Amino acid sequence: MRRTVFKNNWIAALVVAPQLLIIFTFFYFPTAQALYWAFSLEQPWGGGNTWVGFDNFRQILSDDLYWYSVRVSVIYAIGSTVLAVGMALILAVFADRQLRGYKAYKVGMIWPYAIAAPAVGLAFRFIFNPGAGIMLYINDIFPGVWDPITSGNQAMTMVIIAGAWKQVAYNFIFFLAGLQSIPKSLMEAGAMDGARVLRRMRDIQLPLLAPTFFFVLVINITDSFTDSFGIVDTMTAGGPARATNLMVYKIFNDGFQGLDYSGAAAQSIILMLLVVCLTVVQFRYIERKVHYT
Amino acid sequence: MIERTPLLNIVTHAILIFGLLMLLFPMYLVIVAASHTLQDVSAIPPKLLPGDQLLVNMQEAWTKAHFGEKFVNTFIVAFWVVTGKIVLACLTAFGIVFFDHRLKMPIFWLVFITLMLPLEVRIVPTYAVAANALLPFQTILDVTGINWLINAVSGVQVALEWNLLNSYAGLIMPLVATATGTFLYRQFFLTIPEELVEAAKMDGAGPLRFLREILVPLSVTNIAALATIMFVYSWNQYLWPLLVITEPSYGMVAVELGRLVPKISNTGGEVAKWHIAMAGTLIVMIPPILVVIFMQRWFVRGLINTDK
Repeated sequence: MRRTVFKNNWIAALVVAPQLLIIFTFFYFPTAQALYWAFSLEQPWGGGNTWVGFDNFRQILSDDLYWYSVRVSVIYAIGSTVLAVGMALILAVFADRQLRGYKAYKVGMIWPYAIAAPAVGLAFRFIFNPGAGIMLYINDIFPGVWDPITSGNQAMTMVIIAGAWKQVAYNFIFFLAGLQSIPKSLMEAGAMDGARVLRRMRDIQLPLLAPTFFFVLVINITDSFTDSFGIVDTMTAGGPARATNLMVYKIFNDGFQGLDYSGAAAQSIILMLLVVCLTVVQFRYIERKVHYT
Repeated sequence: MIERTPLLNIVTHAILIFGLLMLLFPMYLVIVAASHTLQDVSAIPPKLLPGDQLLVNMQEAWTKAHFGEKFVNTFIVAFWVVTGKIVLACLTAFGIVFFDHRLKMPIFWLVFITLMLPLEVRIVPTYAVAANALLPFQTILDVTGINWLINAVSGVQVALEWNLLNSYAGLIMPLVATATGTFLYRQFFLTIPEELVEAAKMDGAGPLRFLREILVPLSVTNIAALATIMFVYSWNQYLWPLLVITEPSYGMVAVELGRLVPKISNTGGEVAKWHIAMAGTLIVMIPPILVVIFMQRWFVRGLINTDK
């Protein structure tokens, strides 16, 4: 704690006021509003909302379409996280050897982070389009092999690949930073003891990278639940037959297309709880992360 | 390190080059598609070398999506989101680090919690607030009975309204309303040596002067780091502008890009002009890629220190 401080507390109040005002209006009020909507139902001809308790949640949780959306969200989360984290980890561990061309490799692996989700979605929708480019050719040789417009599994595969592709850069940056915070002396001691490169990777780098690994893992899972809208909307619009109707996309659809605010709010609350749980886990690992840096 | 590992070096390069190809090849296909005519894009066998239509297609995408106007809008939004975040983050951190008051920790936690829930999960009620930004205050008046009181005393019915739909303010403010950056600043302020504050006080500098003449110049690195990530973040916004903006003259680039190709569920028989869409994709990604490549050092630092 600081001992020397300024005494004019009214200036302190003045400088924090704008931030507090804006987070109250655009964060706390909407969150509270979502809670209120989740526990109430709008009357058909105006007249405000009536309190219905857990009815909205009961309705959501007994809805097969909702559970289907949870299922595809979990599949998407696992698929894109495993792909993006695995690939970034391998690339970071080898890039960290800092052989010739290290800087070029680094730039080459960081830039995809700059690309907007809809741009990634559109690019991959084109690449995997059965009616153009490479996939058209493959379909020409093996008719009907690839058609994500009618096959749910293929649509999901395509969305997972696009989501993972976008996330690799972010993970790579964190893994590389984690690897570079491992003290050089440890690696040198390992080398003196006769541990070769791969042995040092396995016995020094990977164990010491564990906190970063968990942190990145949780961030990826959280992101796959919250940040997948752009990709799904541009690639599949939730289809075919809801095969890629992720939770965040369903909330958007129910709320703005179906105008079911109460249902959408109840779904938002469930998603919020999920995200908060993941974030709490993540903050527990931040302490561990600080340990090694 | 010291040992010679020729074989492993080859394997390392092979793995890294393979990774690079995985990341670059999709973008190569985008460039190829953007440089052909529509017939050539759906030719069998596929064309794998760039054609000569790149500039023509980019020009058509530019005019078709009105990117000129959208670029200006997106730059305006990005500029204000970056500036707003930096100013608010700096001020808030200043207010909770260099003063000693009982509300320090409560304020810290109030700001901290906003990191937990991204805009996407509270999108529906945030939209309602954007439709009337004074709704929170109206609700306070209604719930606390102040409104009833005013009505009883003066006969005036208070109805506050400020519609933010289809405006820059509506695009910008919800994007500013999270704590990204406040922690970056807080951590940095905590490392400022005690002596510096004492010296400033001894020389008769008040808090605002200390902020302006000592803290701000010292935090230039912070500002650069925060500015790069916030620029990329706001340039790439999609869901929020998709909702708040219905009037094309306020549109942002990412949303407009999504409209270049008909939705997959749309069976209106419209042919997807992939060559134009891919040219549009290239146009939209150029500014953030330039920022990330040229400001790489700041970008990486900002990303790691804010934890997003």
